[in-house]
Amino acid sequence: MLEIEEKLQAELARGIEALQTVADAESLEAWKQEFLGKKSLVMQVYGSMGKLAKEERPIIGKAVNQAKAGLEATLAEKEEAIKAASQQEAFTKETLDVTLPGRKPRRGRIHPLHLTLRQIYRIFGDMGFQIYRSPEVETDDYNFTFLNMPPYHPARDMWDTFYTDKEGVVLRTHTSPGQVRVMRERAPENIRVILPGTTMRYEQLTARSEIEFIQVELLVVGKGITFADMRGTLNDFARRTFGENARTRLRPSFFPFTEPSAEMDVECFVCDGEGCGVCKGTGWLEILGCGMVHPTVLRYGGYDPAVYSGFAAGMGIDRSTLMRYHIDDIRHFRNNDIRFLEQF
Amino acid sequence: MKAPLSWIKDYIDLDGVGIEEIANLLTNVGLEVESVQLVGVEKPEGKLKNKYFGLLWDKEKFVVAEVVEVNQHPNADRLTLCELNDGTGITTVLTGAPNMFPYLGKGRLEQPIKVAYAREGALLYDGHQPGQVVTKLKKTTIRGVESRSMICSEKELGISEEHEGVIELDADAPVGMPLVDYMGDVVYEVAILPNMARDASILGIARELSAVLGRPLRLPEGVALEKGGAIAEKVGLEVRNTELNPRFMLGMVEETQSHQSPYWVRRRLSLAGMRPIDALVDATNYTMLEIGQPLHAFDYDLLRERAGGKPTIITRTAYEGEKITLLDGSELQLDPQIELVTDTVGPLSIAGVMGGSETGVRAETRNLLIESANWNFINIRKTLSKTRINSEAAYRFSRDVHPALAETALSLCLKRVQEWGGGEVVQGVLDEYGKPYVDTVNRISAENIAEVLGQEISLEESTRILERLGFTCWMEGRELVAKSPATRTDIESGIIGQRNLIEEIARVYGYERIAEKRLSDELPPQVGNPGLEAEERIRDIMVSIGLQDTLAYRQTSPEREARLNIGRKAPEGLAYVRLKNPITPERTVMRRSAKATMLELLEYNAKFRPGLALFELGPVFLPVVGEILPHEALRLSIGMTGAWDMASWDRPQSPAMDFFDLKGVVEALLDGLHLEGVKFQAVEHPSFHPGKCAEVRVGKEILGVMGELHPQVKKNYAFGQNPVLVAEFDGEALVRLSNAVFTNRPISSYPAMVEDIALIVDESVPADELEALIWQAGGKLLVDVKLFDVYRDARLGEGKKSLAYQLTYQAFDRTLTDKDALNIRNRIVKQTKNTFGAVLRSQ
Ligand SMILES: [Zn+2]
Repeated sequence: MLEIEEKLQAELARGIEALQTVADAESLEAWKQEFLGKKSLVMQVYGSMGKLAKEERPIIGKAVNQAKAGLEATLAEKEEAIKAASQQEAFTKETLDVTLPGRKPRRGRIHPLHLTLRQIYRIFGDMGFQIYRSPEVETDDYNFTFLNMPPYHPARDMWDTFYTDKEGVVLRTHTSPGQVRVMRERAPENIRVILPGTTMRYEQLTARSEIEFIQVELLVVGKGITFADMRGTLNDFARRTFGENARTRLRPSFFPFTEPSAEMDVECFVCDGEGCGVCKGTGWLEILGCGMVHPTVLRYGGYDPAVYSGFAAGMGIDRSTLMRYHIDDIRHFRNNDIRFLEQF
Repeated sequence: MKAPLSWIKDYIDLDGVGIEEIANLLTNVGLEVESVQLVGVEKPEGKLKNKYFGLLWDKEKFVVAEVVEVNQHPNADRLTLCELNDGTGITTVLTGAPNMFPYLGKGRLEQPIKVAYAREGALLYDGHQPGQVVTKLKKTTIRGVESRSMICSEKELGISEEHEGVIELDADAPVGMPLVDYMGDVVYEVAILPNMARDASILGIARELSAVLGRPLRLPEGVALEKGGAIAEKVGLEVRNTELNPRFMLGMVEETQSHQSPYWVRRRLSLAGMRPIDALVDATNYTMLEIGQPLHAFDYDLLRERAGGKPTIITRTAYEGEKITLLDGSELQLDPQIELVTDTVGPLSIAGVMGGSETGVRAETRNLLIESANWNFINIRKTLSKTRINSEAAYRFSRDVHPALAETALSLCLKRVQEWGGGEVVQGVLDEYGKPYVDTVNRISAENIAEVLGQEISLEESTRILERLGFTCWMEGRELVAKSPATRTDIESGIIGQRNLIEEIARVYGYERIAEKRLSDELPPQVGNPGLEAEERIRDIMVSIGLQDTLAYRQTSPEREARLNIGRKAPEGLAYVRLKNPITPERTVMRRSAKATMLELLEYNAKFRPGLALFELGPVFLPVVGEILPHEALRLSIGMTGAWDMASWDRPQSPAMDFFDLKGVVEALLDGLHLEGVKFQAVEHPSFHPGKCAEVRVGKEILGVMGELHPQVKKNYAFGQNPVLVAEFDGEALVRLSNAVFTNRPISSYPAMVEDIALIVDESVPADELEALIWQAGGKLLVDVKLFDVYRDARLGEGKKSLAYQLTYQAFDRTLTDKDALNIRNRIVKQTKNTFGAVLRSQ
């Protein structure tokens, strides 16, 4: 073996060994200069090839190539390792505290009462009910007289009414005036509508009572409509709203514009009927009033009560929305406190 | 209406029917039980569906006892020491009850005083604390005398609020008997529906239970009444208007006395929520609670004195200018609508509402004249709405009472006065029954019932139900004929009467037993509601942009809306829907302006969040000349202020929103509604910042106005530095002009070319017109124009601006060349130059 061959082998071994202590880009550069730079043994051997004897050339050429390849391969490995290490270091530096809060986009929300309304629209829509709306400022006739409450009728006491300075004009106390309006518009067709809207009653403003609130009324008019149809429709509604196992009870009540009249309770969904604060210990929540449309109202609507019958139901959605979300104060709905609305 | 169970049981046997079951039966028949008060008795077991409250009287701790001697406390003038026998022996009990003082120093009492006695350890209500606070009876020493037990007041036992003295039980109370066995009770608080006012009486409630349980009703018996007779010598009677006063009866008791009623009467009255007064007044109140007919008692001698001889009772309407002083001491100005009971001197009482102060029962009353009358309920209601008086009598008369009850009530009341007050019933009664009530007769078939209910109920069962409710029934052919009972006036005739009967049958039969069916009639013609659909679309778009949906009060005040104007000066002559009875001075009218509402919402919320973006969709109320009802015009209002971006922990707050943030929202909305031909036009508006306000139009139609709030209007609200942006749109126009259906643009699969172009124009050239011209000049290959910079600089020249656009060119059939681009560009440069003098800005 030629001396130079041995030198190259030793150089390779030295280079590999030296590289082991190299840990960063700077010392790597120094290593490159030392073992593969212009002044390195390998490069000097290349540079002196021309001066070599002809027979030595292939031997030395092979030896220098091997040494260079060996050094380069080790270098590549090392470079890869250093790159990986520095990337790892960079990753470590960039590591986020993923528990920090995200940047919140501005999110618009639908008002909770409108959410409830939409749910009701959908449920009754599925049952073939159309939506009909009527004025919030109403005539005394539509609000009372056409609903079987002539002036001074005792049932008028059931609603504390806002009167306007115009004689015979009131703020509607319920959505029921819409019953006669839709009947007059559609008679003698069958009717299957819901009447949603804001209603107003002269009451003290407290956490439990409002002067303005939203009601949804239901009206079905046709031939052969019965109390049993009403019970079925309302129970279907209760099951769609409160779950398929919802239990309801129907008990007698009074509304001047229906006869027979009833009120429907649903078993309290907060306590499963055991009794709690929400249901005032009774296990029942009152959800709607209903009844068979009074013959007088049918007549005012243009339907002959001897031929047509119907049922109506009315529910306040403020109260049911309160219960659904455990809201402590009914005034939140119209105060529109952003801290309240943002929760929906 | 509060109904003690012990009283109900006078009229119906309720053996084997539990406390809870009775409550449920009442609720299911239409007498909703709001609460059940347990007076001493134990709460029923099992799953309860009613609200219970009350005090349990432990049988060991509460017993009937008798006080046999009352002595003075050695160290306290206001206390007595009672020698008391509780059945196990004699104990000394200390009490400060004033009603024990009369027995002081009488030695061994001949007639011991029966009392309710609580032993040590008893749980009872603290008599000295307001409300009902349970306390345990413990041994104490009061002024040197040991006390372990007590004699109870009504308050301590939970019977009433009465704590003036201890209860003196009736003499026949058995000593040693557990108190709960002697007088434990249950009080049902029942909500009376307007059409069931007949049940605002214990007998009415018992009748409903009788119907639903199928058990017989025991009617109370009074004295036999004879028309005329000796009473006619004592008093005269004249009814001037039988429409207003269909019936008037008078009865009389002589030589009676105004002392305490028996304790069982007082207790029943207390439990039913009426204060016991004396035997005479109690007799009228007891009878009213019992059968629902109010009565009024006069001191006969006072009437005689007034008249200076035999008095004559006259019922008539008030004379103009007449006055009356009522029982409660208030003086009332009367008018000719108000029906009165008078004598020849003047008014004695407001008929059916409240008695006068001059002739009522007093301690000295010996001869009692009892009025049992019937009044036109509509007229009573008119009186009430004028006088705003509340009374138990008015409550019942204003809901219509059957005239037959006047007779029953008088007979019962005379008997009670005699029993409780003593004396003799004067022979005969006066009875002016000028307008006899005709009870309705209705006929129904089984088909009638099934047609309404969708449920077969046999005529046999229907008959049973109606008869128990007091109807007289018989069959004629296949029809059930039912004559209404002489206790109720709510059953009409004809088709409505039929309905009334069906309701009676159904509620007693049980609503829960009626079948449940799905609607099976033919669906009506299908009518959509495009207005509502468009509104909901607007709501969805606004929410998707990031704005918060709100819901506004309709009621406001002109002063609140005037804040929209500089100096809070509203324009003259704004017509409002005004409320006659506003609930507060803050809400006297229906709103006209959705902007005003929105500004209030922004003002209220500004302190809670650094940035707000709200909208509201709802009506304003605009009176229309010649129309009875106002126009309820739909409005969309938008309000924004502060930063759009929500603050985050690592980024500074974005700048406050300005006009263009609002405009961006508006554009996004109009784009979402697919409105075509929208124009923004600068306008002056008194509420808005000059130069920062625009009208939004489609053609000639104004959709709304938007802009930054005028600094001086802003001062009317509690806003900070940030601009306040507000818009109000005509919701109906938005709905009408929106297009649910529109033409979708195809997307080209060939590459697009994008280049920038900056044009220098005069300041006066509106951006939208320049852009419109670019579109026009660009032709069909120009597919997008985006303004990305507006630049002003002295080097551009005085009064000049540079508008930089990014233009996108694209074809549907080929890849465009540089030459195509150059052509388009040249056209744009040339035409904008010709029209607006635009100069291409060198790069
Ligand atoms: Zn509950």
